[in-house]
Amino acid sequence: MHEYSIVSALLDQVEAEARRHSRAEVLGIRVRIGELAGVDGELLHTAWSVFREGTACARAELELSGEAACWICPGCGVEIPRGRMLRCEECALPARLAAGDALVLERIEMEVGDV
Amino acid sequence: MCDVCGCGDQEVVSVEVNQRILSANERQASHNRTHFRQRGVLAINLMGSPGSGKTALLEATAERAPGQRFAAVSGDLATENDAERLERAGIRSRAITTGSACHLDADMVHHALHHLDWDDVDALFIENVGNLVCPAIYDLGQQANVVLLSVTEGEDKPLKYPVMFRAADLVLLTKTDLLPHLPGMDRRRIEDALGRVMPEPRFLALSAVTGEGMGAWIDWLKQTRHS
Repeated sequence: MHEYSIVSALLDQVEAEARRHSRAEVLGIRVRIGELAGVDGELLHTAWSVFREGTACARAELELSGEAACWICPGCGVEIPRGRMLRCEECALPARLAAGDALVLERIEMEVGDV
Repeated sequence: MCDVCGCGDQEVVSVEVNQRILSANERQASHNRTHFRQRGVLAINLMGSPGSGKTALLEATAERAPGQRFAAVSGDLATENDAERLERAGIRSRAITTGSACHLDADMVHHALHHLDWDDVDALFIENVGNLVCPAIYDLGQQANVVLLSVTEGEDKPLKYPVMFRAADLVLLTKTDLLPHLPGMDRRRIEDALGRVMPEPRFLALSAVTGEGMGAWIDWLKQTRHS
């Protein structure tokens, strides 16, 4: 599915950073995926293991961190549990998503050498 | 190079990037958005399952709003059938044959727009690939996301695809002409499901075949264009 296109975008970003360092080999990357980001972690791992071949990330491990969906009332700040109507009963305001849709490349670990 | 023993020094470097993975797509989408705004064209990203009625909706819209000019780019995995149907309905169209890609992205739309006369129309419809999963997260530069849900798809569909329905600015319940054959179907259960995944559910029921609800849809397009 579209996890392949996510990996493609990820590789572009990582390789752009790797090019700023001489003889860089990427050891690992850390990515944060929100529960409502629309990306499946397992599929992302599979796509990563296939697409990283032949790139500067060929040996890089993909570490995923999750982010739970958190809906809150913009008026009183109360958290609205998942599955409930997304409107605060007290304030009658529509809920706001405070966290949960992140799709972020957080960190890259590289081995760089100047031989 | 180490100047003690002449070995090559390898160093592990950790770089904090904190960049959105789809930022390249977002930049292109922003570029598309500027083009649409500059020309005063309402760009709509039309999404829904395969068979939810996207192409039929556009055909019926062109027929029932004869004073309006429309253009479309139409994503399809393997054929140009959708674009051809739209041309026959009087909508200038360009096909985007995606091959195996399950969604459109901003680059594909940008590329298609270069091969289409679209800058004097009232609305440009981006008919996305039939899919309730992948298209939701790719910004194309649209002003609004319209998600189609046909009456045969099940009342709890929004609960199964929260990412798509959260992204919707308007949900269209299509094929209402089939309701007499679906006695168990209750619109209120769909509205309830939408309210659990969309903070501000906006929902119109219509039939491209009978014309029910098409007036309200066309009004929504006009209001959205001028907002």
